[in-house]
Amino acid sequence: MVLRLRDVTVRYGDAVAVDAAVDRVSLDLAPGQVLAVLGPSGCGKSTLLRAVAGLEPLSSGSISFDGKDLAGTPTHRRGFALMFQDGQLFAHLTVARNVAYALRLRRTPSAQVAVRVQELLELVGLSGFGDRLPGTLSGGERQRVALARALAVEPRLILLDEPLSALDATLRERLAGDLREILHAAGTTALLVTHDHEEAFALADRLAVMRDGRVVQSGDIDEVWREPVDEDTALFLGYARVLRDDAARLVLEAAGLAPAPAVAVRRSALVVDDAGPVRARVESARVTPEQVRLVVQVEGVGAVDAVAALGSRVAPGDEVTVRVDVTRLAVLPITTGP
Amino acid sequence: MRRIAALLLLAAGPVLVLGVLFVLPVSGMLAEGFVVDGRLAPGAVIDVLARPRVHRVAWFTVWTSGTATLLAVVLGLPAAYALHRLSLPGRAAVRAALLVPFVLPTVVVGVAFRQLLGEGGPLGFLGLDGTPFAIVCGLVFFNVAVVVRTVGVAWESLDPRPGQAAAALGASPSQVLRTVTLPALRPAIVGAASIVFLFCATAFGIVLTLGGVRHATVETEIYLLTTTVFDLRAAAALSVLQIVVVVGLLALAARLRATPDPTAQRAVTPVRAVRRSDAPVVVATLLVLGAMLLPILTLVAGSLSVGDGWGLDNYRALTTAGDNQALLVPVTTALDTSLRTAVDATWMALLVGVLVSVIVTRRSHSVAERRVRSTLDGLFMLPLGVSAVTLGFGFLITLDQPPLDLRDSPLLVPMAQALVALPLVVRTLTPVLGGIDDRQRQAAASLGASAWRTLLTVDLPVVWKPMLAASGFAFAASLGEFGATSFLARDESPTLPVVIFRLIGHPGEMNYGMALAASVVLAVATAVVMLAVERLRVPGVGAF
Repeated sequence: MVLRLRDVTVRYGDAVAVDAAVDRVSLDLAPGQVLAVLGPSGCGKSTLLRAVAGLEPLSSGSISFDGKDLAGTPTHRRGFALMFQDGQLFAHLTVARNVAYALRLRRTPSAQVAVRVQELLELVGLSGFGDRLPGTLSGGERQRVALARALAVEPRLILLDEPLSALDATLRERLAGDLREILHAAGTTALLVTHDHEEAFALADRLAVMRDGRVVQSGDIDEVWREPVDEDTALFLGYARVLRDDAARLVLEAAGLAPAPAVAVRRSALVVDDAGPVRARVESARVTPEQVRLVVQVEGVGAVDAVAALGSRVAPGDEVTVRVDVTRLAVLPITTGP
Repeated sequence: MRRIAALLLLAAGPVLVLGVLFVLPVSGMLAEGFVVDGRLAPGAVIDVLARPRVHRVAWFTVWTSGTATLLAVVLGLPAAYALHRLSLPGRAAVRAALLVPFVLPTVVVGVAFRQLLGEGGPLGFLGLDGTPFAIVCGLVFFNVAVVVRTVGVAWESLDPRPGQAAAALGASPSQVLRTVTLPALRPAIVGAASIVFLFCATAFGIVLTLGGVRHATVETEIYLLTTTVFDLRAAAALSVLQIVVVVGLLALAARLRATPDPTAQRAVTPVRAVRRSDAPVVVATLLVLGAMLLPILTLVAGSLSVGDGWGLDNYRALTTAGDNQALLVPVTTALDTSLRTAVDATWMALLVGVLVSVIVTRRSHSVAERRVRSTLDGLFMLPLGVSAVTLGFGFLITLDQPPLDLRDSPLLVPMAQALVALPLVVRTLTPVLGGIDDRQRQAAASLGASAWRTLLTVDLPVVWKPMLAASGFAFAASLGEFGATSFLARDESPTLPVVIFRLIGHPGEMNYGMALAASVVLAVATAVVMLAVERLRVPGVGAF
């Protein structure tokens, strides 16, 4: 394990009575892996990231890297790089100067700096942008420069604070792919915090879900996604509804699974299919670029989301039959209170 | 075109006020020098500028002001950081305390430094009394607050994240300071330095009390040439020189002053707990604070010492007119006059200042309109730097005949003081008004609010506190105003600073003690006002 967090607790203010912003968090991160900490805003994930960077003192617990405790190591000696949501480029320096910042701090000979900057700008797809000032760049370009700057000295660990959140949807998707490729190409170990599960899925290998300062679930990304630990986690991971008791039993039965007290269903868990075993009545229908999204009324279950193939003519009031897509639901191991 | 016409109409009032009370007197004073027997004769003025004494005076002004500016910046930066970014106990009180010297009457500061450095003073052994170094110390004492305020406010709203990003990239704290923080603060620092230089170069009361005739700056030389030598041509020549330099510096400061971006919320970074590594900054701040307190404490101690012991005799004597008929009225009467005058000056400065601020901060719809607005902005900053002596003397020689016979008007002194306080009001209000997102006004208008209603619901809630703070600031500045007042106040109704100056110039031990006591009274009055202003927590007060 490269990065190891044990019972990390961060409190603002001295009073023990104050709820900790980060409460006894333990995480491990292996070399070359990308770990995403996913949670709603205010859950303490940014504080956790800042604590790893050395910008926030720990109230208790420990953070170690390669077996060495980081407690006494100030931010600038940790050898990590931090990339903020909005890049935080130095506005008074050109793009090339920004990228070269860490290299110059290390007194790298300027010929080498030039070569390395060239290389990095190429890596992030911004060759020829060296002489521009950050103010003249678009949001996506700024994030790329920030990434190049962070990668310049081959950090032992790169810390990403919602790196794509400030961008618009199409740009985000494109840059997410690039970012993942760049991180993997450089073999960089990365810790990412985000509130957007799409961003987490696009970038990370492993996932830790955080709520109210605590990590409620962590593991490989598909494992967490398939088996959310509770209702809140399921909803946060993008499941549309959680069905319980009779409704859960009915849906699981239709999917050919054993009954369970609760099941989380995605919006596409029910698919309109003439051969489907469940009868339903369409309440509303909305066309999206990929499929028709429906809300259907199923007897014994209530209103649930469903999808139909594009071009299928379904209208509110129609009687249809649906099947259950087993890959689109997750059985919850426990039930939280009603 | 219609917008510009409306703008000019709105600006007509303040411009007229500035024209009559500022441009007319100053140009009247200049005309004294340039016009000989009804003909323009600039040659004589140029001759004056070639005099060796003028060169000496100019050089003295430049190097003392430059040194004082440098020292003020060096001392002010750590204090700005400590007082605006660290959660030091008693931060607000210290910030207010540091602002007091800035509004302290120049004469009081002069007296305090003489008490400190003079024979028998706590630092008398240094033999600095009457040296240029004493003048530099006095100027620094005055202006550290300007640096602390201006840079502190900028530092406060500086995003800490670029610095943290740099630290994460391996920059040590000193490297972060050098490569990220200082470049970001450069406009604020250079802006503060240019304003401080301006204040130093036009300082009057302090140089006059500490330097006397021996060490003259351009400002005191104008005073001496006008009142003692009656060489008006030379005085006018120096005034021209001064105005040119001042306008240049003001233009520089205005260029560097960041225009607030109304769409970006001004985020104030929360202060953080003091760490061990902050020790040098905290110690430096304490030293600055100590250096600020020393002259004031000496002053207080001096006012309380009677013969060999301590007592309140000097304060009791304030109800008298001093030894050897030093004064025509008791000091308490002068205090009363001062307070009344300052009240009048405050409402005048506020009235004009609010109008000017509203005019210069409204969004411009064309380049021409923006030019008009920024010219107005610059115009109303002028009184900040033009010699108060020129202004005062100009008042005397131009406003003495109908229709502008104000010489015997009780409002003459308040008007002059209001003019001096006007830039302070404008500088406090413009960042606030400029910081209101125009879209809020548009939203109000689109919801059916009239222009008047918009002003009440959008502007007023944001601006009332700064207006109160600006009034306090203007009041304190008027209370201590000495340069122009010393020309204009009539002998039978002098203000407190004028009385203090008269008392220190008059023989008699009692008179000096009274001067000290009166200085303490004046200092306390201004300090109380500034503490009240500080409680309002308006960031722009004292920042330029």
